[in-house]
Amino acid sequence: MSLSDIWDVLVLGLVLGSLYAVIAIGYTLVYGVLQLLNFAHSEVFMAGGFGGVIALTLIEPAVDPSGLQSALYVLLGILGGAILGGLVAFGLEKAAYRPLRRRNAPRLVFLITAIGASFFLYNLAGKMFGRYPLPMPTMYENRQVFEIFGTSVSVTQLLILVAGLLMLVTVDFVVNRTKLGSGIRAVAQDPEVASLMGVDIDKVVSRTFVLGGLMGGVAGFLFGTNLQVEYTMGFLPGITAFAAAVLGGIGNVRGAMLGGLTLGVVESFTVELWGDGWRYVGAFVVLVLVLMFRPTGILGERVGRTA
Amino acid sequence: MSVGLDKEAGAAPVPEDGSPALLELRDLHVFYGAIEALKGVSLTVAEGEVVALLGGNGAGKSTTLKTASGMMAPRTGEVWLRGERVDGIKSHELVRFGIGHVPEGRRVFPRMTVLENLRMGAYRLRRPDPADIDRVFTLFPVLAQRRKQVSGTLSGGEQQMLAIGRALMGKPELLLLDEPSMGLAPLIVQQIFEILKEINDQGTTLLLVEQNASQALQLADRGYVLETGSVVMADEASALLADPRIRAAYLGEAAE
Repeated sequence: MSLSDIWDVLVLGLVLGSLYAVIAIGYTLVYGVLQLLNFAHSEVFMAGGFGGVIALTLIEPAVDPSGLQSALYVLLGILGGAILGGLVAFGLEKAAYRPLRRRNAPRLVFLITAIGASFFLYNLAGKMFGRYPLPMPTMYENRQVFEIFGTSVSVTQLLILVAGLLMLVTVDFVVNRTKLGSGIRAVAQDPEVASLMGVDIDKVVSRTFVLGGLMGGVAGFLFGTNLQVEYTMGFLPGITAFAAAVLGGIGNVRGAMLGGLTLGVVESFTVELWGDGWRYVGAFVVLVLVLMFRPTGILGERVGRTA
Repeated sequence: MSVGLDKEAGAAPVPEDGSPALLELRDLHVFYGAIEALKGVSLTVAEGEVVALLGGNGAGKSTTLKTASGMMAPRTGEVWLRGERVDGIKSHELVRFGIGHVPEGRRVFPRMTVLENLRMGAYRLRRPDPADIDRVFTLFPVLAQRRKQVSGTLSGGEQQMLAIGRALMGKPELLLLDEPSMGLAPLIVQQIFEILKEINDQGTTLLLVEQNASQALQLADRGYVLETGSVVMADEASALLADPRIRAAYLGEAAE
């Protein structure tokens, strides 16, 4: 494996990892405020993919788009993904989890509900859009944009990297610098006292789902660019991103970013070295190894909520 | 201890203009599941007062405060704040009525800095009032030194100061304090009570739950004694402090 090969594989890994990071944040945010492993988040991601395809199919993109048209198509796809992802996450919280919180249901019931909601959502998508892949309409010519150390970077790769990084920076800002963010952090640390400060927990929880859903939805669209979307597309990226959140320390936003990028790069190198059949093995071996020595994840500080 | 309730001596001062009391609890019955924690508690707090709530473990002191701040809803009974009935209103909405609650065990947000905790205290406002931050730092200079420090690493006394400061950031008219002396060294307790007096002098009304009866009664104007969910005594603080039954039960003196 030459140096330029390593560079190639690293770029592929970072592209994939930035998507995992964006999805992982959805898991970690929800875990923070509700201590809930929201396994239906993979379906939010899937919904985002369909959101992008639907938005683009509606306008029927030109066959040979100009640069401006291409940019508009991409924006439209991102918007479609964000809207559908956000809506599904919002509805999921309202319909599936809020009634359980009202009844103070045990943790296990939430978990089972999450898995049930996941089955329901992807089968609903299969029913609505068909159980075969839908092609993503062509938005641009996927040529090489530039070359770096002998590695060519395509439009799609650049798009995913830039959009992914922008989302990571934005969510970090929202969580650490805005009023919603301080509400999210307060609810994660002590919900009862947060409400004594005037934080409306229901509102914060709902907005946390929407925030994670917007990003997961965009990630779904980006994942589908130049490829296709399918009702089962959420499962593997979802599980991997969940593993990334755990790897980084679930509940910790920057941990989710780090975990996502790490697993993306590990996956990419695993495929390069041992072939596609080993794709998910490398990432999960890393996960197991890290958790053996740091059970709370790379940046996680605690196991329970009590501090 | 079973004593009669002297309703006259322990009554809250009635405002001359006939305006309603700042806080009035009327015949509260509060349950945890099947267990009745409050069995008909009534009390009043007038504007500007310091009122102490005394009693042993499980007497219902914390439950009384939690019901007043909306953390718990009474099964029957009423909570009135400045003449408005507020029972059933949730705590995050009740803060708008000018009520601040410093919970038992301090419960600062452990992974936020001192400054972030103070800003959380002002969450209900559009933005924190810089004058309030200055006020808190003047009351508790040690917090100013530690403003960037993560709160989980503060000492117990500093966390208590932060919890009080955080509640002040929401500009409360009525401050509920649940055992501010718990687990703290005597010197720190004294310091905190001096600051509580200052806060009261600056115009904030205090309702104080305490195990440390002598400290609480020295600061308070009036006191109520709770026992297994009922008010058993209510009187001027000085009278309670002199009462042999109180001295025996809460101040560690042998009964005469």
